Amino acid sequence: MSEWLQDVKDLTLKGQIKVPYTWSVGEVGSRFLVALRDEKKIIGNRCNSCNTVYVPPRKNCGKCFKDIDEWAELGSEGIVTAYTIVRYEYPLQPAKAPFAYAIIKLDGADVGFVHIIKEDMDKLKIGVRVRARFKEDRKGNILDIDSFTIIKS
Amino acid sequence: MARRVAIVGTGQTYHKSHRLDVNGRELINEAVTRALADCELSIADIDAIIIGNMDHFESINYVDTWSVEGSGGYMKPIMKVTTGGTTGASVAIAAYYHVASGLFDKVLAIGWEKNSESDTTAAIVTCSDPIWDRFSYSGAIPSLATEASAYMEQYGATQEDAARVAVRERSHALNNPYAQMYNRPITIQDVMESAMLAYPIKLLDVCPRTDGACAVVFAAERVAEKIAVNPAWVKSCSVRHTTTWFGDVDYDTGMLSLQRASKEAFANAGIKNPVEEIDVAELYLPYSYAGLKWIEAIGFCGPGQGPKFIWDGNTDMGGKLPINPSGGVMCTNCIGATALLRVAEAAIQVMGKGDARQVPDVKTAMATGFGGCWWSDVVILSKEKP
Amino acid sequence: MDKIAIVGASQTKYVRRKKSEIFYDMVYEVTTKAMEDAGYTLEDIDSVITISNDFWDGRTISCMAVQEAAGAHDKNVSTIEGDGAFGAFYGAMRVLSGFGTTLVVAHSKGSEGDLKVITNAMFDPIYHRPLGLDAISSSALQASVYMERYGITEQQCALVSVKNHKNAKNNPYAQLPMDITVDDVMRSKKIADPIKLLDCSPISDGAAAIIIANEERAKKAKTKPVWIKGIAHCSDAYFLGDRDLADPVSLKDASKKAYTMAEIKDPVSEIDVVELYDAFSYMEPLWLEGMGICDAGQGGQLIEKGITVMGGKLPVNPSGGVLSAHPVLVAGLVRIIEATLQLRGEGGAHQIKGAKTVLAHGINGPCGQSHCVWILGSE
Repeated sequence: MSEWLQDVKDLTLKGQIKVPYTWSVGEVGSRFLVALRDEKKIIGNRCNSCNTVYVPPRKNCGKCFKDIDEWAELGSEGIVTAYTIVRYEYPLQPAKAPFAYAIIKLDGADVGFVHIIKEDMDKLKIGVRVRARFKEDRKGNILDIDSFTIIKS
Repeated sequence: MARRVAIVGTGQTYHKSHRLDVNGRELINEAVTRALADCELSIADIDAIIIGNMDHFESINYVDTWSVEGSGGYMKPIMKVTTGGTTGASVAIAAYYHVASGLFDKVLAIGWEKNSESDTTAAIVTCSDPIWDRFSYSGAIPSLATEASAYMEQYGATQEDAARVAVRERSHALNNPYAQMYNRPITIQDVMESAMLAYPIKLLDVCPRTDGACAVVFAAERVAEKIAVNPAWVKSCSVRHTTTWFGDVDYDTGMLSLQRASKEAFANAGIKNPVEEIDVAELYLPYSYAGLKWIEAIGFCGPGQGPKFIWDGNTDMGGKLPINPSGGVMCTNCIGATALLRVAEAAIQVMGKGDARQVPDVKTAMATGFGGCWWSDVVILSKEKP
Repeated sequence: MDKIAIVGASQTKYVRRKKSEIFYDMVYEVTTKAMEDAGYTLEDIDSVITISNDFWDGRTISCMAVQEAAGAHDKNVSTIEGDGAFGAFYGAMRVLSGFGTTLVVAHSKGSEGDLKVITNAMFDPIYHRPLGLDAISSSALQASVYMERYGITEQQCALVSVKNHKNAKNNPYAQLPMDITVDDVMRSKKIADPIKLLDCSPISDGAAAIIIANEERAKKAKTKPVWIKGIAHCSDAYFLGDRDLADPVSLKDASKKAYTMAEIKDPVSEIDVVELYDAFSYMEPLWLEGMGICDAGQGGQLIEKGITVMGGKLPVNPSGGVLSAHPVLVAGLVRIIEATLQLRGEGGAHQIKGAKTVLAHGINGPCGQSHCVWILGSE
């Protein structure tokens, strides 16, 4: 560093990239979100080539690279296959720490579903059974499921 | 040494201002599926994928990993190339090197953008240096308008000259059902009467913003001829990303990066007289004045001769050197795909798959990309092996 | 594959915040130093690959900021957005395609952005981003599956942190040389279970560059060439729920391909040093499993048995690894540079004696979705 800089406060410039976004959900995703919003149901879809039931549902199977056209209604319960209790607070988070992220194998699905658990952190472990709790005021997004609650250790 | 490489298949979406019916991955998938169908390959045949777009248009970080379901990248090598407006050409050139290196035989190049998902200008202004340029000289139009007015001053070119280019692009798009501006012809009067954005640029002098994707399959010599009857061989590719700051661009010396990239690409392709040897060009012309000045930088005509070259009809369908039979960037501009569309359209011309927009007897085609801080990419394709 | 080699390498010291250097300055520094290292001038550089990311750099077309600093004026240049190991892969392909040399340069200023916001943006905007996932919480999910399935303990992961920070004491470029104990790690602040503060890599600023050359041009370099024997990369599925997070299948695939190219049959006995991307302590054993250094679930025991420490049978991250300096995007290129130093015998206090074959590794995407594996050799 040049000598003269040592006596000067480093200049910084604050800025932010401010761009509004509107993401298209697509036909398949829309059906999933509408089912959450209007029926409080979680739906997936099944690839007829490899038989995998996906949730959230996809337009095409990434593995077989074929379009998917068979819907599958899933239970709103499932088993926790991975979790972490988050200890830090951050504005992006939809819940106050400590809360948990979990990957949940929903009844009838072959892949995991990522969501949050807000209560009973002391009972949380891999293998516990959880159930989706829907919000009263649903808007057609993933947070229409408020969170999952532990129903059986 | 480099292996010979050819383009064997292309695919693109029907480009629209808004594709609200699909998300980004699904849009990509449409182009990929069409490219694979075009060369009768399945995703299992593809050895590697290169994808590109501009991050802040959709706010997706790590598009390579986000896209795999749509791109076909599951359990394949996939990497992301991003260089601003030149992205699509940079993706194509990266695909070329993937194959030329000998490491991969069949490689998929993908460019895409869903410009409807954001405020394009809000995102693009952040390309300018945050400390020096962003508050003033930012966004695409101010810099382009500076070039246009300097060019008019230097050579006496007029707004009508530029309008002639805009009219040509829309007229060519009448033959391209994929174009966003398909079936939307305009007149010189329309251009002259459109709203002034920044002198001398008016609304109909500039490109639109588009939702769309493009995919191109590159293959090594030993497989290319088995896949395609008429592969489009890559004769050369050249890139010049010369400047870092907009203030460093010298608008009076012509388009330096395009001059240099073209010169190198022609030399490497063995082209001595481009206007005679090139049969069709798909140029990244983001605004009408580029259609006058940049063809001088390429060497299609001398300095200041652009307007005459255009008015003489040389660049129209049926002319000596048709430019942008697809309608070009001013008719379709899904930014990360835009320069790849130039390469794809050039390949389509060489492969003879242009349908209504086909130029007869194309042997050699040229594609360019423009972006960043006045940067240029050039790709030369040919029926003839390099 | 034709013979190609790394003939120049340089890096900055990694620090929490580089106050008086902008991206351009850092890139200029390492570009100049890499050329000096190789004994090259700018005329010897045929092509350039820069590495940058619009989110981390806080600007669109982030490569615009560094073109001239990378010596790319009037040269064939391109940009990879992703980890430096992938950018270097493109550089290698360019040399295999006929460029005599290619400079690859990466920069990162973690200090200028917001890690959580930036890594949140790698998740799907419709299904996962609203949940607030970021690099730390998603990695914690991966750690939980891996540790639960195989009984990998938090103490075993802590041992990785202890080892790597200790190794960093021998690396003048490292940001966090530290003498810490397993107890220190175990008692450090809980971040996202099972990850604690000392299981995490730091936020870092820094840059790095390498020059790759073909055989003929390598002869003109003043350094001992480090030969590229095998390179491969591969991506797993995107959605976390679609993946088996405890089974790094894409790493297995990339490793297998790189080993085949390098004619390595038994990686454990044939590889002398591994420099891998340990953004969190659990990643080191998990990636070693993916690389076939041990069987699935055995990664924890490697560290316990002292196999991966300096002086062990297969030292891992003698540089201190990513845990000791994590300039995002640069970090995979640093692994390649560290491998290069080992193979030249220039590792200084962290040199592994007689290293002839080194594995270097980079990752992209959430929880190591995409892996890039390099096998480098001195002969």
